[in-house]
Amino acid sequence: MEFITVIILALFVNNVVLAQFLGICPFLGVSNKVSTALGMGTAVVFVMALANLVTYLVYFYILVPLGIEFMQTISFIFVIAFLVQVVEIILKKVAPPLYQALGIYLPLITTNCAVLGIALLAILKNYNMIMSVVYASAIAVGFTLAIVLMAGIREQLDINGVPKGMKGFPISLITAGLLSLAFMGFSGLVK
Amino acid sequence: MAKKLESNLRNMILSLMIISVVMSAALGYVYLLTKGPIEAANKQKEVSAVTEVIPAFDNDPTTSSKIIDGLTFYEGTKDGKLVGTAVKTFTEKGFSGRFDMMVGFLPDGTINKTTVIEHKETPGLGSKMTNPKFKDQFNGKKPSEFKMKVKKDGGQVDAITAATISSRAYCDGIQKAYDLYMTNYVNNTPDSADTVEMKGVTQ
Amino acid sequence: MSNIKHLLNGIIKENPTLVLVLGTCPTLAVTTAAENGIGMGAATTFVLVFSNLFIALLKNLIPDKVRIAAFILVIATFVTIVDLVMKAFVPALYATLGIFIPLIVVNCIILGRAEAFAQKNKPIPAILDGIGMGLGFTLALTVMASVRELLGNGTIFNIPILPEGSTTILIFILPPGAFITYGYLIAIMNRFKAKYN
Repeated sequence: MEFITVIILALFVNNVVLAQFLGICPFLGVSNKVSTALGMGTAVVFVMALANLVTYLVYFYILVPLGIEFMQTISFIFVIAFLVQVVEIILKKVAPPLYQALGIYLPLITTNCAVLGIALLAILKNYNMIMSVVYASAIAVGFTLAIVLMAGIREQLDINGVPKGMKGFPISLITAGLLSLAFMGFSGLVK
Repeated sequence: MAKKLESNLRNMILSLMIISVVMSAALGYVYLLTKGPIEAANKQKEVSAVTEVIPAFDNDPTTSSKIIDGLTFYEGTKDGKLVGTAVKTFTEKGFSGRFDMMVGFLPDGTINKTTVIEHKETPGLGSKMTNPKFKDQFNGKKPSEFKMKVKKDGGQVDAITAATISSRAYCDGIQKAYDLYMTNYVNNTPDSADTVEMKGVTQ
Repeated sequence: MSNIKHLLNGIIKENPTLVLVLGTCPTLAVTTAAENGIGMGAATTFVLVFSNLFIALLKNLIPDKVRIAAFILVIATFVTIVDLVMKAFVPALYATLGIFIPLIVVNCIILGRAEAFAQKNKPIPAILDGIGMGLGFTLALTVMASVRELLGNGTIFNIPILPEGSTTILIFILPPGAFITYGYLIAIMNRFKAKYN
């Protein structure tokens, strides 16, 4: 039951992009086409679940015993950067077609603040290991949902006339604002 | 301009190692410097919240605080006599998640004052729970006689306009503190008048 | 003379928030009140100035292939310092900005300036570039936060501007308002640029 609440909250009510403002850069940067948005989303789900698992272990088995919790930002960002590299190398060797599809998004994920942000939040929320991974996966699926929706709308926008000053970022941001407004409607889902 | 170091393995490892060591040392130093002030700031926050919610006292309630079921109880005494108990409580039902509050009770279980210690509620909406207009309505109320729910839910609390969620969460925090306070303080005193009324609340 | 150019560059011509559109996450998240905008801006400026300085000083000691790792190391150190100092001396502001302080590490403005400017320049221009970019970021954040605070709450820096009891447009301090305000600010900036080029 608790899992379901956490998942619904993470997916809709506290959508990582539209309500918590994490991962805005890729949300605006790679939402031109539905197919690329899906690719980015898949890569993020993969990395985020893994990152939360590893940062959980690092925090509770290295930082806490040593009493250096204040090093968490530094160690987490390194773990994430390292993970992304490892995933890239493994994918290249083991599943070249998948690497072809996701490869270009992987380096971008290091600077996706959602990954670091959610790793930090899971520690802050005192989740246990399994919960932390479930939470990260749900958040990442929420990210994918938002970015795919956005890409769908932007594909339509391209065909329509947009005033010159509003082209590019402005119209994307306003679209995101309306999406965010729509997502606010989910806030009654969980009491 | 001096020549840039070559990217061979020895240089890369050496350079990263030296930077890591220097930076960790700097961090450790800053950590030691700020450790004291951080603790003092945390303590100051508690003390000022305790002072705000219970009548004047002359002891240091932070030295004798106890933790029961996750809430912290601070007893304020004057001339050795208990004047009030501040309960550090929290709720997870806020619009932006958890926030911490301090609720002051008089020895008979009446709410003296309430305050928010730390919150992330929306400025201009949920943040209005720190306004006297909202939080003063609880002063002098006994949760056993006062229905600790917003009017929308059939209670007696005036919710903040457009911030029902924060108002509900505020009530939730008080109720939590009250229930624990009653079971651990008032009900332990045999001559308490509230023992009977208590049952009506916690059903 | 050219030093002043480095300083001004970040404020208007290459304003990180409104022209380069970098560091969008904190821009959208913390601009619910003007005070928060300034706080976030100051914290970011501090990190930007010191990381630019250190990277400009160390540039010859860092082999090219590991430069990104080294930059992140330097940036993360200063972020942690800001984090600890704010926790100690401005706990209330720290509580509101919350998780967005450690997230300065992944603010693309900082890594971007390290890569594009600091590692190719001398310490003094690097510091000036950091100050300019930091001010540009702070300015944009404060303007945006003021707009949102005024429309959504009727105040700026907690000072009531609209008469007591007037209706405000609540949506502006909620998440959708962040996106919409930001969109319009960039649009205004685009018009402005088009006119003067």
